[in-house]
Amino acid sequence: MDNRAVIVRDVEMHFNMSKEKIDSIKEYLIKFAKRQLFFEDFVALKDVSLDIEKGDVFGIVGLNGSGKSTLLKVISGILKPTKGSVEIRGTVAPLIELGAGFDMDLTARENIFLNGSVLGFPRQMMRDRFDEIVDFSEMREFLDVPMKNYSSGMVARVAFAVATITRPDILIVDEILAVGDFRFQEKCERRINEMMSGGTTVIIVSHSIEQIERLCNRVMWLERGHIKMIGDKDAVCNAYKES
Amino acid sequence: MNRLKGYFNALAKYRYLLEDLISRDIKVKYRRSVLGLVWSVLNPLLMMMVISAVFSHIFRFEVENFPIYYLTGSTLYNFYSESTSSAMTSMTGAGALIKKVYIPKYIFPLEKALFAFVNMLFSMIAVVLMIFILRAPVHWTLLLSPIPMLYMLVFCIGIGLILSALSVFFRDLLHLYGVFLTALVYMAPIIYPMEAIAGNKLLVTVVKCNPLYYYIDYFRQLVMKGTIPGLTENLICIGFAVVFLALGLWVFKKCQDKFILYI
Repeated sequence: MDNRAVIVRDVEMHFNMSKEKIDSIKEYLIKFAKRQLFFEDFVALKDVSLDIEKGDVFGIVGLNGSGKSTLLKVISGILKPTKGSVEIRGTVAPLIELGAGFDMDLTARENIFLNGSVLGFPRQMMRDRFDEIVDFSEMREFLDVPMKNYSSGMVARVAFAVATITRPDILIVDEILAVGDFRFQEKCERRINEMMSGGTTVIIVSHSIEQIERLCNRVMWLERGHIKMIGDKDAVCNAYKES
Repeated sequence: MNRLKGYFNALAKYRYLLEDLISRDIKVKYRRSVLGLVWSVLNPLLMMMVISAVFSHIFRFEVENFPIYYLTGSTLYNFYSESTSSAMTSMTGAGALIKKVYIPKYIFPLEKALFAFVNMLFSMIAVVLMIFILRAPVHWTLLLSPIPMLYMLVFCIGIGLILSALSVFFRDLLHLYGVFLTALVYMAPIIYPMEAIAGNKLLVTVVKCNPLYYYIDYFRQLVMKGTIPGLTENLICIGFAVVFLALGLWVFKKCQDKFILYI
């Protein structure tokens, strides 16, 4: 039995980068008549293949627009690659943007359940662990206030608490450790550390190279959608810093 | 076979999401209104009063219990128009969500159809209420009225899937569909009885091509006449439902991977 959690093979992701979006039939026909319809194919990822072992903490570095977030979305199943395949073994918890499933008109209590079901958690489990979520977010006082009255930091606390309530096999983290005050950030990092020691595979995207060096054991460097370098964290991080 | 099983497992996993989204829609719809859910009953009743006042004094159709005749037709029509037009915007509305988390996308149009179905059940209270107020004959077949409603639910899910997929690529449909819905009121015997258009061959053909006609007729037979529709009527209703559901699933499956790039 091999020990891989994520297998990515020859993934290629194309976007139709028309300058403006074509949303109407009239525009479509005009562009079609002028033969401007299928121009500028933007390749966000090309020939990306990688294996992530179970228990790895895998970091992805690269400049803005190098395809890091696209790759995370492909791995978590949000985007379907144009070519190639992705195999995931186990459950995935994507922390790509906190609070994505919140409806700001509802109260925090209702949103916790709603967000739980967005992530596919069973209702009973949410009931059992409701108090734990509330305690972690430290928002008990404001439970029955509509979330539109929350500050963005408060929203992030609740969202992080819901998303990390399970022990997923694979945790995908995209630049979210920069939310909340410093005390809550420490708390988040502690929780992620706990998960890692529990055997969860973690994939992290961050612009903070220190954070990557502190947390990861393997690192990949993406440049313009290609893998520039992949391997041990020290080797890749040093090369990245020198570039 | 295995793939089919996978689909059902996914539906089971996300059924809580479906429930939560429906209850969210109900809460958001009636938030801050004093009467809340009562509006689901009151609204059709008030509409009925307006239409009855206009059509039993100005145009004069010879229909027994016109208020009930109108109410039965409009209840199903409203279900259709509400479920399909809200399904249409469901994908764009869920944009923020499906860009961040993987969720089977058909959940959204499906949820809108179910939400409209729940609303229709509340409107049924208005129908029953009117039967008693007007002392119209009560038939035991009234109890069978969930049958045409369920047929129609399947039909509406199919249409909703088609519209939600296409409107992601062509937003024009949203505007066009509003006009179509208005035309649809007159393309089915909702306000007028079939006898009133018997002279107009073209209109009769249009009405008979309209699937809504069969669902409304089925429903009225149960509620107003106390007769049970035969095999042919059932097969027509089921036929439309199954064909449009299959078509909807096919269109939706073809388009769904591209949604995210257009939302």
